[in-house]
Amino acid sequence: MKISFAHLWVHDQDEALAFYTEKLGMEVRADITLAELGDFRWLVVGPAEQEEIGIALMAVPDGNPMFDPETTEQIRTLTAKGASGSVFLTTEDCRADYEQLSARGVEFIDPPEQRPYGIDCGFRDPSGNHLRLTQPQEIEVPTA
Amino acid sequence: MAFPPPARHLLRARDLADGRYAEPLSVNDMAAAAGLSRAHFSREFRRAFGISPHAYLLTRRLERAAALLRTTDNSVAEICLAVGLTSVGSFTTSFRRAFGRTPTAYRAAHPPASQLARVPACIVRAYARPQHRTFREDSAAGAA
Repeated sequence: MKISFAHLWVHDQDEALAFYTEKLGMEVRADITLAELGDFRWLVVGPAEQEEIGIALMAVPDGNPMFDPETTEQIRTLTAKGASGSVFLTTEDCRADYEQLSARGVEFIDPPEQRPYGIDCGFRDPSGNHLRLTQPQEIEVPTA
Repeated sequence: MAFPPPARHLLRARDLADGRYAEPLSVNDMAAAAGLSRAHFSREFRRAFGISPHAYLLTRRLERAAALLRTTDNSVAEICLAVGLTSVGSFTTSFRRAFGRTPTAYRAAHPPASQLARVPACIVRAYARPQHRTFREDSAAGAA
């Protein structure tokens, strides 16, 4: 069994697409609008280094049979409150990425910090989803 | 372009407290980050996150102070300043209210080995932030 893709709720797919491609440098894996499904837009992005893994950027269904209006509103609000999904990313140079992403206007929650497991920082996408960027490091566990 | 739900602006204010707690940050700065008036902001923030912005900022600072007590040998006064608080007296009082013991006793009760746990920093932050308690709860806490 392998992970193929997972989804994030976004409040605006165009804005999310620009963020994940132009700011994070991901690739577009699929961008298909299906008229027969009420113009459902299947939008998937993924990191260039991992062809087999993608993130589907899903618009919260509105006015279709999937969710009632109350559920739609709850998902939109929970995402905006940062209580929806998280994505954990790894990198070879957390501090360099932080500088580069900051310069592109990415909103960081916490700057790079040394942790027992490596260096990491956190930021948000425009919808409020939490992304964590870690540069993993092997730790020396002292033995008695 | 869809407008983000109003809670997205409140999350931006909460992120400001999480990211820049070490600076002389106030509720006014948080309100400005959300683009709301101070009174309206405090009401909306509490409605979204169940805690006043002032209490959120304070408990974030106390959580960070607790982490520094566990993982560094900096003095209590240094840690107080490092998390954006200015009065060591009020810091000690607030800390005791939140964690049930003074900063010095808290440090003594935590072996430094706890820092080797490989739990992502965002989890530590989310779960270690103390419940906010007011002075009205002091006698109850003292009796416990």
